[in-house]
Amino acid sequence: MRSKFDEQLALLNQYMIEMGTLCETIIADANQALLENDEGLARKTMAADAEIDRKEREIESHCLRLLLQQQPVARDLRQISSALKMITDMERIGDQAADISEIITFGSIHEEDMVRPIDEMAKATMKMVIESIDAYVNQDAELAHKIIAYDDVVDELFNEMKRVLVERIATQCCDANAALDLLMIAKYFERIGDHATNIAEWVLFSITGSREGDD
Amino acid sequence: MDKDKLTINQLNLHYGDFHALKDISMHIPEKKVTAFIGPSGCGKSSFLKSLNRMNDLVETAKITGEVLLDGEDIYGKMDVNLLRKRVGMVFQKPNPFPMSIYDNIAYGPRTHGIRNKAKLDDIVEQALRNAAIWEETKDRLKRNALGLSGGQQQRLCIARAMAVEPEVLLMDEPTSSLDPISTAKIEDLVLELSSKYTIVIVTHNMQQAVRTSDLTAFFLLGEVIEMATTDQLFSMPKDQRTEDYITGRFG
Repeated sequence: MRSKFDEQLALLNQYMIEMGTLCETIIADANQALLENDEGLARKTMAADAEIDRKEREIESHCLRLLLQQQPVARDLRQISSALKMITDMERIGDQAADISEIITFGSIHEEDMVRPIDEMAKATMKMVIESIDAYVNQDAELAHKIIAYDDVVDELFNEMKRVLVERIATQCCDANAALDLLMIAKYFERIGDHATNIAEWVLFSITGSREGDD
Repeated sequence: MDKDKLTINQLNLHYGDFHALKDISMHIPEKKVTAFIGPSGCGKSSFLKSLNRMNDLVETAKITGEVLLDGEDIYGKMDVNLLRKRVGMVFQKPNPFPMSIYDNIAYGPRTHGIRNKAKLDDIVEQALRNAAIWEETKDRLKRNALGLSGGQQQRLCIARAMAVEPEVLLMDEPTSSLDPISTAKIEDLVLELSSKYTIVIVTHNMQQAVRTSDLTAFFLLGEVIEMATTDQLFSMPKDQRTEDYITGRFG
């Protein structure tokens, strides 16, 4: 038996959960800063991205050490190689949440500019990120499939955002700067949804050995 | 589809009361490297030896089933000497004859009736070149082969096996007694030779199977549990016992 190796794989899962939680928190904080027009929280959120970058490097070196020392095959190799791919998408999620926060610090968006779909997009992407890590740790293919399908919800919310903003600009009922910044933010949330989808696809690979749509 | 070089149908091997190989059926494709893996005593070496009738030398061994070489049963009317010319073998420990490098290689061709000096010279050089040991030995062909290093001796044995122009090369843990550099040379050689020969290699080194083979068969307690392309077997094994063995969680 390889108890030391099993411990190291359990530690990898632990790290992945920690990084997933950091991603969930940074999305939640960016959303809260937006909803409450809280520039201070936005600046704090931008700084939190560095923590996600550190976690990525920690997991990366843990995985490389496991590849070197244990020469893993089969499900062990899939677990480690998937983790290496997933953290790249998680790191991008951190970047995009930081980008959202940066836009908030520009100060163009005020409470009266806020629109419903943004909050829903933030919550939907948080759900996707956290569930994809759950699916990874519990090797739950069914959940991974659900997450991939859920990206359509995020895409639809983004389209709704665009419709709302076009209407507002057309009727001149809001500041055009605010509308454009909101559109950028919505796009970042939509990209976060795409990264969460990538993560779920790598979860499927770690379970089944093939990626969604490989056939 | 690759052409089968060896086709094994329901092979059973008994050593006295011990049932060493149980109902093994397998296709070994031509000009590919097939690796056998499995824990010690699982029957992989016994199976390898059944492929050129080395078990004939074991008094208590009893074999049933078929081993077809290009469709012809090797346990039928085939001449054993001719079989072993066509199906050569390299063993775990290098076992050069206590004679010169040249005579080691020329031994096989001479027993098959080749006497012409120029022809033998040519065979010796070609075999040593094929085994990637010509440069190291060309200036000392008349020296005793036992003076070579372990890795060189093993490549000499591969050259010796190839001097009779076999079609299949059976290798029983050919690098288990060698250092990493010699091991890498033999592995490169296996990959090189696979364009001309059908190679079957038994190995305890799983990474070696991954590096060198096209197909891998996993043996356990005298049975073949799973056989698949090496990529498939080491990334997505179908049987839990294979998964447990290759990931080191066996037993």
